[in-house]
Amino acid sequence: MKLAVLRGPRKVNRSPAGNFFLFAFLAVAGAFSAIPLVYAINAAFKPLDEIFLFPPRMFVRNPTLQNFADLVNLLGQSWVPFTRYIFNTVFITLVGVIGHVLFASMAGYALAKHNFPGRRVLFQIVVLSLMFAWQVTAVPNYMIMAKLGLVDTYWAVILPAFAYSLGLYLMKQFMEQIPDALLEAAKIDGASEYRIFWSVVMPNVKPAWMTLVILLFQFLWGTDGNGFIYSEQLKTLHYASNQIIQGGIARAGAASAVALILMSVPITIFIFSQSQIIETMATSGMKD
Amino acid sequence: MEPIAQPEAVPRPAGGKPAKAPAWWSRLWRQIKVHRHSYVLLAPYMSLFFLFTVIPVAISLFISFTYFNLLEFPKFIGWQNYARLFLEDDIFLISVKNTIIFAAITGPVSYVACFLFAWIINEMSPKVRAFMTLVFYAPSISGNVFFIWLMIFSGDRYGILNAFLIEWGIILEPIQWLKTESYILPIIIIVQLWLSLGTGFLAFIAGLQTVDRTLYEAGAVDGIRNRWQELWYITLPSMRPQLMFGAVIQLTSSFAVADVSIYLAGFPSINYAGSTVVTHLIDFGTIRFEMGYASAIATLLFIMMVGTNLFVQKLLRKVGE
Repeated sequence: MKLAVLRGPRKVNRSPAGNFFLFAFLAVAGAFSAIPLVYAINAAFKPLDEIFLFPPRMFVRNPTLQNFADLVNLLGQSWVPFTRYIFNTVFITLVGVIGHVLFASMAGYALAKHNFPGRRVLFQIVVLSLMFAWQVTAVPNYMIMAKLGLVDTYWAVILPAFAYSLGLYLMKQFMEQIPDALLEAAKIDGASEYRIFWSVVMPNVKPAWMTLVILLFQFLWGTDGNGFIYSEQLKTLHYASNQIIQGGIARAGAASAVALILMSVPITIFIFSQSQIIETMATSGMKD
Repeated sequence: MEPIAQPEAVPRPAGGKPAKAPAWWSRLWRQIKVHRHSYVLLAPYMSLFFLFTVIPVAISLFISFTYFNLLEFPKFIGWQNYARLFLEDDIFLISVKNTIIFAAITGPVSYVACFLFAWIINEMSPKVRAFMTLVFYAPSISGNVFFIWLMIFSGDRYGILNAFLIEWGIILEPIQWLKTESYILPIIIIVQLWLSLGTGFLAFIAGLQTVDRTLYEAGAVDGIRNRWQELWYITLPSMRPQLMFGAVIQLTSSFAVADVSIYLAGFPSINYAGSTVVTHLIDFGTIRFEMGYASAIATLLFIMMVGTNLFVQKLLRKVGE
């Protein structure tokens, strides 16, 4: 019985013509998805004359690291040392991800496993908040940030990220499948609620952490400050790289290089955490 | 599913509470005290969530009825902002039209694409499945790499698309893709679709893997003839929760198109051909500082997004019933 499951789905009701049609369709769609990325990766290694070759070629002929060298040169000339942009993005991303995973797990645990007054309403509000984009609250958020004196600080980006609602939603759904018996056993052993949370629940939801990490990571890694950050020395890597990308023809090589570096980080993280993320998403469904 | 048993509410020692309070209130209060740990766990997240998400929606609704420029105290002006939006602001109407076109195309198309690709991929071996997942998901997480589309649709003959079309003899002169009104909207839709296989796509892949395999075999015995019947009678009903979640994610993002438009078509775009409700909101909120007016736009956007989402949720509850 078990073995049959491991061997994967049994192929019943599959016609060869249908298979061919669907896989052909998938191949075309996959090409549409992949070609721009492959082109971008190749562009990073093309010498300038190949980038502007007519007619253009997808794959690089004489790969070179000149673009990366140009990029380093260009960075050396920037008014704010480039390492500062890197620090800003890394700081915002790191603090934002850690805080979000911790806060969303705490709240998710209470919402999933405690039956306190207000539980249902709070969760409904969270679900409702998934239904509109953050742009809706951009104007009042600016006023709130101004009142709190947070405009032009890292915290204007980090604090709202702590309370990202998709993360809490996924965490709560995932925590619901922790068996209650496990929690009761810990309770009988005399563990406090906080102890249960930290030493029983948290180790059991590692896939969900990883999912929250990647969601928040891509969100914060690509942030341009959301309009809250003005000082040049606080600006993010994404903002700085956009300036390079918009530098026009002369910067096309360096732009491709910086884009490759920026995109490779989230993609690498995803490759290593894919199976855990899929495991989390299995519980993402909305029940009535 | 069931919440774990909580300690029974302990009877309070005498004198702890004014006797006059109504019974339901004291019962509630006792409940709250018993569950104080839950509230402590919730506090950090919920205080930030209310501060930056819930309260702003209320503030936005309130300010939308005022004239407010951030310097003077808001002045109540009733429905004037809304009247101005619909009666005087032609660009707003263009933006609404564009946004509805975006949402009506990218919403359903990306939703169906997410499901379809996940469904086809699901039958492949785990290694191929992981690879194809990466191929489709990568664009949505690779950040500002959509500058590549700027190279593709660049208006000179070095633009990738122009170069190919000239090379193949289809056109003689390069086309100014991003500076021609009629091309702007379709191009933004294409790029938006390219970026749209994100969280919803992953949820579908995961959902398909959780469908009980024995159902398919039972279905085959019960006379299901082909994969399409199998899809409709077994797969879709089994993953209704994921379908509902995916719909929320895809719809919300399809209404919020702005970055791609600003990036590719410029801000403002040629004759506002790429203008959306969100770019209009950015215009008034961060450039003109007409906060009351911007809030009216935001409130309408909120109603559009949440209204459509609730409606679609209602429809999806009927899948397979």
